[in-house]
Amino acid sequence: MHLAYPAVLSALLFCTGLYGVLARRNAILVLMSVELMLNAVNLNLVAFDVWLSKAAEETLHSGQALTLFTIAIAAAEIGIGLAIVLAVHRNRGTADIDKLRDTAEGHEPDDRDDTDSEARPAEQAAGSGRTGKAEATA
Amino acid sequence: MTLAQEAHGFLSPTGVEIAFLLVGLVTFGAAIVTVTTKQLVHAALWLVVALGGLAVEYLLLTAEFIAWVQVLIYVGSVVVLLLFGLMLTRAPIGRSPDADSGNRWAALVVALAAAAALVWVVADAFRTTWIDLDGPAAGSTEATGASLFQNWVLPFEALSVLLLAALVGAIVLSRKAKAELSSPPVNSRVATGSSPSVPDSRNHPIGRNEPVAGTKSTKGTPSTRGTETAKGTESAEQEGAR
Repeated sequence: MHLAYPAVLSALLFCTGLYGVLARRNAILVLMSVELMLNAVNLNLVAFDVWLSKAAEETLHSGQALTLFTIAIAAAEIGIGLAIVLAVHRNRGTADIDKLRDTAEGHEPDDRDDTDSEARPAEQAAGSGRTGKAEATA
Repeated sequence: MTLAQEAHGFLSPTGVEIAFLLVGLVTFGAAIVTVTTKQLVHAALWLVVALGGLAVEYLLLTAEFIAWVQVLIYVGSVVVLLLFGLMLTRAPIGRSPDADSGNRWAALVVALAAAAALVWVVADAFRTTWIDLDGPAAGSTEATGASLFQNWVLPFEALSVLLLAALVGAIVLSRKAKAELSSPPVNSRVATGSSPSVPDSRNHPIGRNEPVAGTKSTKGTPSTRGTETAKGTESAEQEGAR
């Protein structure tokens, strides 16, 4: 088999996953796209391992071993990722990653009024908007 | 070997190549639908097609053990886990118009540029490279197991530690908020209605009922405070109903 077939297919799958990671809004869809990217890498590893195991005399089958490791790490990643997404959904009521902007710099949240000139230095002194919000409403 | 290589060519593909190409087209199409569909549950189901197609590709590359591991772990557990995640985050069942974010066109440009560059480089680099699929299978279970337990034992064991850490981490992440949820049993609706990101809002359940009073007196973010608390209470009610 020509080596370009699996290589091109894995490149296309990787770019599909890349588009999904960049364009999707739901966190679980982003996780699905990450899975696609990991699978593209797996296909590359398997194809090159099959090629090398015939081209070289003595190989460690490192491609297939690394593929197994990648599958296991992807399973762990999806478990942790879903736990984080569920925790975020429980706290915020949304799994929309566009709305999780607490640590964004330069973008004040829309809900903050500009009229509170008194509370603004207190927030900046507190260092983060969240503690400042808590102090201002206490 | 050289004679066999000269017999190859793009214009006379072998049966394995044709099968690989067809399954690859199905896989790529399913992946495209996965990242573009507006229905969230359908995305997970198309992901099954894409991952199953990849398992067939592994079989065509004579990597049988990887193929069955792919079927067992990805199709069997990861997609089910993703579907559980979609259900638990109350994903809309029908078409959701806001599945894609606003930077979709920038993402499309980036993905197309990356695809063009990668395909060009890969096709140019491996234009004259052929995989010899004849003879004993390179990825049979015997070969994979022998190499895994002869040469890769230490990473294998380290991986088990990583899986244990991931297991414990997932349990801790899902369990912490639940303990907090069940600790105030009396007025749990108001108490759990406050999101933990605003720590002292549970002392002020009035803020939910009187957002206007908060607008004048407190200098913070009273308007969203009300909506945030109300949203939290709503989710607490839904969780109570569950």
